[in-house]
Amino acid sequence: MAMALTPERLGFVYRQMKLIREFEERLHTEIATGEIPGFTHLYSGQEAVAVGVCEPLSDADYIASTHRGHGHCIAKGCDVPGMMKEIYGRADGLCKGKGGSMHIADFDRGMLGANAIVGGGPPLAVGAAIACQLKGEGRVSVAFGGDGSCNQGTVFEAMNLAVVLKAPVIFVFENNGYSEHTGVSYAVGSKDIAARSRGFGMPAETVDGSDFFAVNDAMRRALTVARAGDGPYTLEAITTRFFGHFEGDPQRYRAKDEVARQRQSMDCLKLFRARMEADGGPLKATDLDAIDAQVMARIEAAVADAKAAPPPAESELTTDVYISY
Amino acid sequence: MPQLSMRDAINQALHQEMARDPRVIVLGEDVSGGAGGTSGEREASGGIFGVTKGLLPKFGAGRVIDTPISESAIVGAAAGAALAGLRPVAELMFADFVGVCMDQIYNQIAKFRYMFGGKTTCPVVIRMAMGAGMNMGAQHSQSIYAFLTAVPGLKVVVPSNAYDAKGLLIQAIRDDDPVMFFEHKALYPRKSEVPADPYTVAFGQANVLREGDDATVVAIGRMVNFAEKALDGLAAQGIQCDLIDPRTTSPLDEKTILESVENTGRLIVVDESPPRCSVASDIAAMVASRGFESLRAPVQMVTPPHSPVPFSPALERAYVPGPQKIADAIRRTLDARR
Repeated sequence: MAMALTPERLGFVYRQMKLIREFEERLHTEIATGEIPGFTHLYSGQEAVAVGVCEPLSDADYIASTHRGHGHCIAKGCDVPGMMKEIYGRADGLCKGKGGSMHIADFDRGMLGANAIVGGGPPLAVGAAIACQLKGEGRVSVAFGGDGSCNQGTVFEAMNLAVVLKAPVIFVFENNGYSEHTGVSYAVGSKDIAARSRGFGMPAETVDGSDFFAVNDAMRRALTVARAGDGPYTLEAITTRFFGHFEGDPQRYRAKDEVARQRQSMDCLKLFRARMEADGGPLKATDLDAIDAQVMARIEAAVADAKAAPPPAESELTTDVYISY
Repeated sequence: MPQLSMRDAINQALHQEMARDPRVIVLGEDVSGGAGGTSGEREASGGIFGVTKGLLPKFGAGRVIDTPISESAIVGAAAGAALAGLRPVAELMFADFVGVCMDQIYNQIAKFRYMFGGKTTCPVVIRMAMGAGMNMGAQHSQSIYAFLTAVPGLKVVVPSNAYDAKGLLIQAIRDDDPVMFFEHKALYPRKSEVPADPYTVAFGQANVLREGDDATVVAIGRMVNFAEKALDGLAAQGIQCDLIDPRTTSPLDEKTILESVENTGRLIVVDESPPRCSVASDIAAMVASRGFESLRAPVQMVTPPHSPVPFSPALERAYVPGPQKIADAIRRTLDARR
């Protein structure tokens, strides 16, 4: 169980969540300057889900991510300066500047890519799970998706196929309340995403996505099932996003004080700090403050590096389309 | 050398590659069939056209995977398995079903290598049966390779005979890029000489089946057979043409086509796709822009009309370009003597 985590591991977990938070908060500021091309979907508010899910995974396990993928990338161990450069469209970004915010992948970390098509990832995750099954080493694959993706046919197909093949896939639905500008209470007909998964014939749990420990405990239960060859599992994490669907979204669909309230009540970092205190201080406030300072310095350096990095050469335009043609 | 049907040649290629490389898996609807049936008979189907017969008993259900009717999941799972190190051969049954899983093909598979900065390969083969002539109606008869030829990142293969089909499929499975493999239903029973051992046929290298100075005929898939028939008829009248089968529409062997047109000055393209934005129009445009100085007559495109594939045998016969239409087009080209 999660509370068996060592203080070192707890520090790692907190650092990961803080890294994601500050990465995104800094992007929010930098995007406003106009220096970052394209459009970007920020993960702030959902950090406990990515980190709670990825903490017990190894590089040999796979994840398929979404358009809101920075948190998944960091949680799965992607290089943070490389990600920042990718988002700035630089030559030595993680994907040579050819992917951008919505297409970051790192195959050495089992990160099969962020995916700009809602519902695009779950079928891929099932395929990776088939490869895991064939290897027979107990590896698993995780399909991240939002509440929006739970209405895509590709996701239904992927869930059914995973049950049919007893594939080791964990479907993680991050229910942040909105698919783009439309509320879950409108768009998800049954209102209950976990129940849908049960309808496909797999176990499913709904967890508090602001609570790292709740997510991590549930993920460990899911992993026990998947690694044992007993088939797929669903986690529906109730969470929120602190920013809009994309940067620049005026969010007219949200009550005026909603985000401010949620930043008080659903902030995984605050909840983690409170939990440390309640548990008698396996990590002290000063430990956490020190981590905060390290994270801020890392982000500062990553942004400075990215700004100074050169763009790709024009000769890169037509490379990497094929291996041979 | 043994005579094999195109169906058996493809089947042999699958058997040989699965035996050679444990990373090769086959997945799709009814690739073995029978799972969950009341007879208890496994491999009740071996593929709707019998192309995947014998794979399940030999390689087991871990590598020969019967799926539900879920094309997006089939293609997506093949892609994910490829990213995770396997070499999947997915079967879509009918090429028409590409419409149900287009996102996984053109947004996912085709783009992974590029948008991830060259850090991955996606060695997927998607096999699908195509073509009119079997009265299967508008949703089971199309020749849709032109759509996929237009997508950067995909390779597109359209074999015209059993020998090529085996060699091209083995190449497709060993190829590190994603390959869309189109099998014309009418060609499945057609036999040709096929070596028993594995061999590859390279992509982007056209096959020149006939040689002649009067005109260049480029034909694709089943149209190659019809063009041969047309040329047999014209030979009696002393007309000799180059007949070029590109074998792959992406990459396309432009060089062989341009060199032939340089000699003949006349081009006829025969394609079973409808005429707009087709492989025929693509080749015609390529020759018009890069071989214009050689042309001595307007390029002729022999294609079906801009219409869905009809059901009635009477209408379908009129839809599919046959040897007569091809011969007429060759004559029109030669009549425009300059």
